Amino acid sequence: MRGFLAVLWRDLRLALGGSGDVLTIVLFFVITGAITPFAVGPDQALLSRIAPGIVWIAAFLAMLLGLDRLFRPDQEDGTLALYRLADVPLAAVVAAKVIVHWLTAALPLIVASPLLAVLLAMDFPTFARTVVSLLLGTPALAAFGAIGAAVTVTTRRGGLLAPILIAPLCVPVLIFGVGAIAMGGGPDQAGAALLFLAALSLTALALSPFAAALAIDWGEE
Amino acid sequence: MSIETAPKISWWNRLAHPGQFVALTRPLVWPLAALTAVLFAAGLWFAFFNSPADYQMGDTVRIMYVHVPTAWLSQFVYATMAVSALGTLIWRHPMADVSMKSAAPLGAAFTAMALFTGSMWGRPTWGTFWEWDGRMTSTLVLLFIYLGIVALWRAFDDQLRAARVVAIFTLVGAVNIPIIKFSVDWWSTLHQPASVFTPEGPKMPGSILTPLFIMFFAFTFLFLVLQLVAMHTEVRRRRIATLERRMARGSAA
Repeated sequence: MRGFLAVLWRDLRLALGGSGDVLTIVLFFVITGAITPFAVGPDQALLSRIAPGIVWIAAFLAMLLGLDRLFRPDQEDGTLALYRLADVPLAAVVAAKVIVHWLTAALPLIVASPLLAVLLAMDFPTFARTVVSLLLGTPALAAFGAIGAAVTVTTRRGGLLAPILIAPLCVPVLIFGVGAIAMGGGPDQAGAALLFLAALSLTALALSPFAAALAIDWGEE
Repeated sequence: MSIETAPKISWWNRLAHPGQFVALTRPLVWPLAALTAVLFAAGLWFAFFNSPADYQMGDTVRIMYVHVPTAWLSQFVYATMAVSALGTLIWRHPMADVSMKSAAPLGAAFTAMALFTGSMWGRPTWGTFWEWDGRMTSTLVLLFIYLGIVALWRAFDDQLRAARVVAIFTLVGAVNIPIIKFSVDWWSTLHQPASVFTPEGPKMPGSILTPLFIMFFAFTFLFLVLQLVAMHTEVRRRRIATLERRMARGSAA
């Protein structure tokens, strides 16, 4: 447990100190959302209807963008090799990294989402639902992302490959994430979608550290 | 050959030697290819000349004889890959690597064919090439997963290391595919439900089922033949890479 916490603190300090990656990801998220009205037109009614989808896509892309820094810096300076030999199980190290990834690449987006809500003319109930669905869904994105990053960490072109591999696996997260917001006609399935989203996140968080650790361990030689 | 004199040689161990595998399976290729050709000839004859046109869809119903078998293979090939991935991870069986690698592009091709024939069929019957319907969407996602796996194979130089990593990803995908399918079905559905294997038996007349089953086997055997040939090619490709490396080392020394 102490090793787990040590990795968590180290990564958190590295992510927050200096490099400014967090700010870049938040900027990417806001700019992606802000650029959509230029593509679909400034019609308020249309924008407020598709706003939850835009916010989800922006968050999804921003998190994929941040994947490469999950394991690659540690792979390049040899820290990952030390983790493999450490007493702490590699899966625990990966779990700590997933948590840090969520704290530094998902939580700031949720904090910044009111900005997009204003820009995209969301009303308050929709916005509240969006925040809840992002809070429940982004852990699954972080967990799937860890598998993609782990699988590609030893390849040279991994940075581009991980999002390609992970995007299809994230389809259910997007479906339930946006489904939990939808307030349109028909029976209200938002509650069921929210439960599915939470189930996905919990399952992915529980299983992905082991798969990612296995991929790191066997991908090295 | 030392492998002949080693103790306890089962056919399983013998298959683990790439040379032995090729030697054992090469005689199978031509008979299987001939069987595939016969099945295709019979199936196409039935499909074109000896099956009725649908009373609603007309002659376009004949697209089904290509569409349904390729759609079935798109899932069967992934199952083959997942079983091979288990072979790689659990037994470190060398031929499981090769089988996994050669199945990926085949699966992608069959999936693309199922999508293509599906949209050709959708245009006259549903009035649209593409609809965001549950089954179509999950097949499209499956195609993306296949293509991702092919890209992952190509990203590695060392194929033995690649095999283990791809195996893990293939299994992660195998766990995810049912979830994707379920979520997409929950999201939207227009495609007709399963109508061949149902608890009450097939919901189609025999005149359509006969060509469908023949084509079903024809495509499955086509996959077997292509898979064997692709595996032989992969074994040869690795042999060439090894020889080149040995030659480079020899000339450097």
